[in-house]
Amino acid sequence: MSNSTFTASPFLGKTFGVTVANVTKKFGRTTVLKDVSLEVKPGEIFCIMGPSGSGKTVLLKHIAGLEIPTSGEVRIGDFDAADPETRNKVHLALVFQAGALFNSLSVYDNLALYPREHRECNEAGIRERVMHALSILSLEKAANKFPSDLSGGMKKRVAIARALVMEPQLLLYDEPTSELDPVMSATLTEIIATLREQTAVTSIVVTHDRDLAFAIADRVAFVMDGKIRGVGRPADFKNPTDPVIANFLNPVIDLKNPRFKQLENSHE
Amino acid sequence: MNYLTIIIGHIGGTLLLLVRSLKFLPTLPRQFARFMEQCYLIGYTSLPIVTILSFFIGSVLALQSGYSMENFGAKQFIGTLVGLTMARELGPVMVAILIAGRVGSAITAELASMKVYQEIDALTTMNIPPERMLVLPRLAAIVVMMPVLAIIANLCGWYGGALVCQYTHSISVDSEAYFTALKAYMKRSDVTDGLIKAEVFGFVIILVCCYIGLNTRGGPREIGASVTKAVVTSLILILVLDYFVTKALLMS
Repeated sequence: MSNSTFTASPFLGKTFGVTVANVTKKFGRTTVLKDVSLEVKPGEIFCIMGPSGSGKTVLLKHIAGLEIPTSGEVRIGDFDAADPETRNKVHLALVFQAGALFNSLSVYDNLALYPREHRECNEAGIRERVMHALSILSLEKAANKFPSDLSGGMKKRVAIARALVMEPQLLLYDEPTSELDPVMSATLTEIIATLREQTAVTSIVVTHDRDLAFAIADRVAFVMDGKIRGVGRPADFKNPTDPVIANFLNPVIDLKNPRFKQLENSHE
Repeated sequence: MNYLTIIIGHIGGTLLLLVRSLKFLPTLPRQFARFMEQCYLIGYTSLPIVTILSFFIGSVLALQSGYSMENFGAKQFIGTLVGLTMARELGPVMVAILIAGRVGSAITAELASMKVYQEIDALTTMNIPPERMLVLPRLAAIVVMMPVLAIIANLCGWYGGALVCQYTHSISVDSEAYFTALKAYMKRSDVTDGLIKAEVFGFVIILVCCYIGLNTRGGPREIGASVTKAVVTSLILILVLDYFVTKALLMS
């Protein structure tokens, strides 16, 4: 990452906390979230961890306003996350797991889309803003490339750059280090921490990555089977007392009695 | 949930999409580039196939009617028959079917793919309503391009019929007689009714294809399923609407 700092914008001074209050989400007969409550303070890095299929991404989508709770509510500051009007009041950006870049647009146009659509500045201003975001993530040379020409790690960096152009007050990351090699994972972890440091943006990170969460999170929540299993500072989970969280954080590879055999036996 | 509830749900969803898209109508002037791009994709790129198909439809119509009408000694009315049939029925319907197959399927595939790969979610979080950026320019483009395509289809069909009448030995109606008959019994309303029909078909096709694309859930397999669903639904709607719009126009 380059040494550039993110320019202060009128929005950056104001960050929002998030309150998830008794949220339950059902898809048909399946209950994905079961009475989930959380509080994320303004300016903190909050990591949501848990096994695959536990409802982490669905919870993140509720915070982004992409899903509406079956019951309960999510508030960003004083605003209802499910209300489309909230997006006019809060600059919210979501970095999707697979990037969700617009494949028909170049990297530059992917980043320029938001300021162009919202007519926030003229084309010269947009160029300056886009190139600055690209420089923060050392992506200047990729400006004219298309998403299909990029590696997985570059796509994620472009997705983060696109989020930065929005000058977010709330930045959500969905599995930012999945499918990346350890060096790239470490790089992205540093990027998330540095961005918070430079912009004081509230960051919510959904991840499996224990190293990422324990390195940068102010607080961590564990979601298991649609419920919150525990919330606390990373230090609180160095030696977890909850056996389920302990098993998730420190799985023991036992070749003599492998887990999949246990699962097979339990189905019989 | 029974089928009726599902169908009512889809009709409601489609109308809601229309209302949400029309809400952004004032933004259309600043989406001019996007609108022109859609005009190019819907209109210009469909032109060759519309031209070829309608030319041969007019030709076949003249050939068939020439064969049948000779028995009644009514060959001089072939021009009237081809003219009216192309303008009132086959022109708009054939263009609509082509648009459903060629443009509608492409729109559904594009939007479904954007939905499956979370690009639509990305737009939503960026506070860029997909109705404004993806649906409205397409609806505006079809409103402009559909009458143009229908007029071109009519002209090609009429000239196709004229050529067949002139150069087919068994028919032998020269172009002058053919066009005289075509003009003699055709009113301006025959053409405008056809254009209204084309407009209605085109608008409904694009709206339905956008709705199905934006409501795709699942993976790549569902993209294909959505395209099939969009084309089949469009074809059914074209023929069902054809009856009702024709009846309404005849009554008026």
